[in-house]
Amino acid sequence: MLKIEDLHVSVEGKEILRGINLEIGAGEVHAIMGPNGSGKSTLSYILAGREGYDITKGRVLFNGKDLLEMSVEERAWAGVFLAFQYPVEVPGVSNIYFLKAALNGIRKYEGLSELDAMDFIATVKGKMKELDMDEKFLYRAVNEGFSGGEKKRNEILQMSVLEPSLCVLDETDSGLDIDALQIVAEGVNRLRDPKRSFVLITHYQRLLDYIKPDFVHVLAHGKVVKSGGPELALELEEQGYAWVDEKKAS
Amino acid sequence: MAASNENLKDMIGQEYKDGFVTDIESESFPPGLNEDTIRAISAKKDEPEFLLEWRLEAYRHWLTMEHPEWAFVEFPKIDFQEISYYSAPKSMADGPKSLDEVDPELISTYNKLGIPLEEQMRLAGVAVDAVFDSVSVATTFKDKLYEAGVIFCSFSEAVKEQPELIKQYLGTVVSQYDNFYAALNAAVFSDGSFVYIPKGVRCPMELSTYFRINAANTGQFERTLIIADEGSHVSYLEGCTAPMRDENQLHAAVVELVILKDAEIKYSTVQNWYPGDENGVGGIYNFVTKRAECREDNAKVSWTQVETGSAITWKYPSVVLKGDNSIGEFYSVALTNNYQQADTGTKMIHHGKNTSSTIISKGISAGHGQNTYRGLVKIGRKAEGARNYTQCDSLLMGDQCGAHTFPYIETKNPSATIEHEASTSKISEDQLFYCMQRGISAEDAVSMIVNGFCKEVFKELPMEFAVEAQALLGISLEGSVG
Ligand SMILES: Nc1ncnc2c1ncn2[C@@H]1O[C@H](COP(=O)(O)OP(=O)(O)O)[C@@H](O)[C@H]1O
Ligand SMILES: [Mg+2]
Repeated sequence: MLKIEDLHVSVEGKEILRGINLEIGAGEVHAIMGPNGSGKSTLSYILAGREGYDITKGRVLFNGKDLLEMSVEERAWAGVFLAFQYPVEVPGVSNIYFLKAALNGIRKYEGLSELDAMDFIATVKGKMKELDMDEKFLYRAVNEGFSGGEKKRNEILQMSVLEPSLCVLDETDSGLDIDALQIVAEGVNRLRDPKRSFVLITHYQRLLDYIKPDFVHVLAHGKVVKSGGPELALELEEQGYAWVDEKKAS
Repeated sequence: MAASNENLKDMIGQEYKDGFVTDIESESFPPGLNEDTIRAISAKKDEPEFLLEWRLEAYRHWLTMEHPEWAFVEFPKIDFQEISYYSAPKSMADGPKSLDEVDPELISTYNKLGIPLEEQMRLAGVAVDAVFDSVSVATTFKDKLYEAGVIFCSFSEAVKEQPELIKQYLGTVVSQYDNFYAALNAAVFSDGSFVYIPKGVRCPMELSTYFRINAANTGQFERTLIIADEGSHVSYLEGCTAPMRDENQLHAAVVELVILKDAEIKYSTVQNWYPGDENGVGGIYNFVTKRAECREDNAKVSWTQVETGSAITWKYPSVVLKGDNSIGEFYSVALTNNYQQADTGTKMIHHGKNTSSTIISKGISAGHGQNTYRGLVKIGRKAEGARNYTQCDSLLMGDQCGAHTFPYIETKNPSATIEHEASTSKISEDQLFYCMQRGISAEDAVSMIVNGFCKEVFKELPMEFAVEAQALLGISLEGSVG
């Protein structure tokens, strides 16, 4: 599904990603952990196509295609979804309108007709229920005045409506209380599918109690310093990131 | 992403679609302004003596006035002797005709503008007065409206047919000495629309006037007078376009609204005069005085305007709230792109008890556009319990444009409640990236955000106008989802 090869990225001359290699197969869940400032969000932005970064080396293949050549929208249409660490407020634009515009953008790309408005609303309402979101959020402006937890839930709602094939979740768990975390995790688990892959960027082992990853990678100073199975997350939790920091020299 | 932000200006607004010139033989006065010009205009219209006198008084006063300099706009000094004050299609020489006698060239001009004048072609329920340069060329559904007691005709016709109403109301809201451009208008106005809604009548259709400037080097000076008698109701729409030319052209109009006891006027404008090109060459100077007077108790008026055109816009549709419990509203979207400048807002003058006013102003600046909100809320000594709510929002696209806000408040009655809210926002890179990551193109994202920004004003427009306004802004209509 996704193959990252020797990816080097700089911002304003400062190298942030320093040779990332990662391969993610269809249906797999990969957790990426690492201390603040290690480059996790940068990696997610690079996958989504945000401007302002210099990709100095390496390549990224998405289903065999050169992802880095695609525009932001093309990546979205092709199935790349990023749940933002800090979801953005879009004043004046209702959640339902936003969702509909997004879904119809994707459907158009796939050569499908626009979804019937009634069916669409019914589908969305169903998904909101699963995420324990009040229907009134449909008519509120996108993320405007939402609490931190509500914003994160809204990201998962968008993800479940758009049904992407590669879901990158950037610290979706941070700022959630334990109940909300459980609801969000269930939302993600419902979407697990042999054809859908997940990249869970997280700081804490906590999320991984609810969403079981197939692989765990530790990112430090712009490099994957360690990869392993779920047990690696536990190890990190016990020893802290200082443990990977020691490897900095190597 | 600085580059993409600069391109925002291309995503807003559209190429000017109504910039064509109608090839028609016109009779125009040579440029120049003196008492003879005014006598000639008056003679053309076969006006009664009192009106000529009224014009001349205005002119003599105008000569003593200074050009106002307080607005936040910049333009070279206007030479009033270089303007022609009258231009009319030759075919209109004998005054307004019945619809089937109107020059086909004129009919086709309005068709091109999407304003078919043939009554059977009109979308149900809208009557049109079509003003072309200095004259009204046709007014539709006149007879049908007359059956309901509603008088809707060109100003010139009203002067002839309804001299008493004209005498009684002309200049009673905006006097012929009111301000520099109002005085000029009073001296040289050539046509416009007249509406009278009698007691207790709810006007059976929407009324509209469509202004078109066609001739070069002419100014358009029209005058609109609407009287809503006791307990009546009318919704009136106004649209305007002009050809693309490298020279600036002056449009100085006056609109007077008189609202009597329990009556209501809803006045909507979609202003799309030629704005000039992307380098700021050409375009209309739109210097307009619009004022409504809620003369008696429980009168209500609302001004809704969408201002996308003109090189310079300078207008403050205002309300004098004389009657107790009377209500004034002002809803405005003003867009300035490229080198457009707008200084617009309103004045709400409270005299009656428990009068209330609402001001919602949305300014959008893109390119090098300068957008100014200027508003006055004045509460008189006797206006017990007066209330005003003002909300004034600016949206900036790119970093070459400007937004300015000048709210003035004068209150002489301590029982008044005045609330003012203001905000300035930008369409951020973050917002665009977020939308695009969800599969919404940058263009659609901008249009969505701008539409959201203007929502509170658009919902005040009659449906067809709302659609037109959104098309003008190059933004899409938020669907009827849910
Ligand atoms: N646009 C930027 N300009 C300058 N520095 C940046 C920018 N984006 C990220 N960085 C820097 O890159 C490093 C990695 O940031 P980030 O990817 O947000 O880390 P994480 O998500 O792992 O906390 C940090 O040192 C951060 O300050
Ligand atoms: Mg981060």
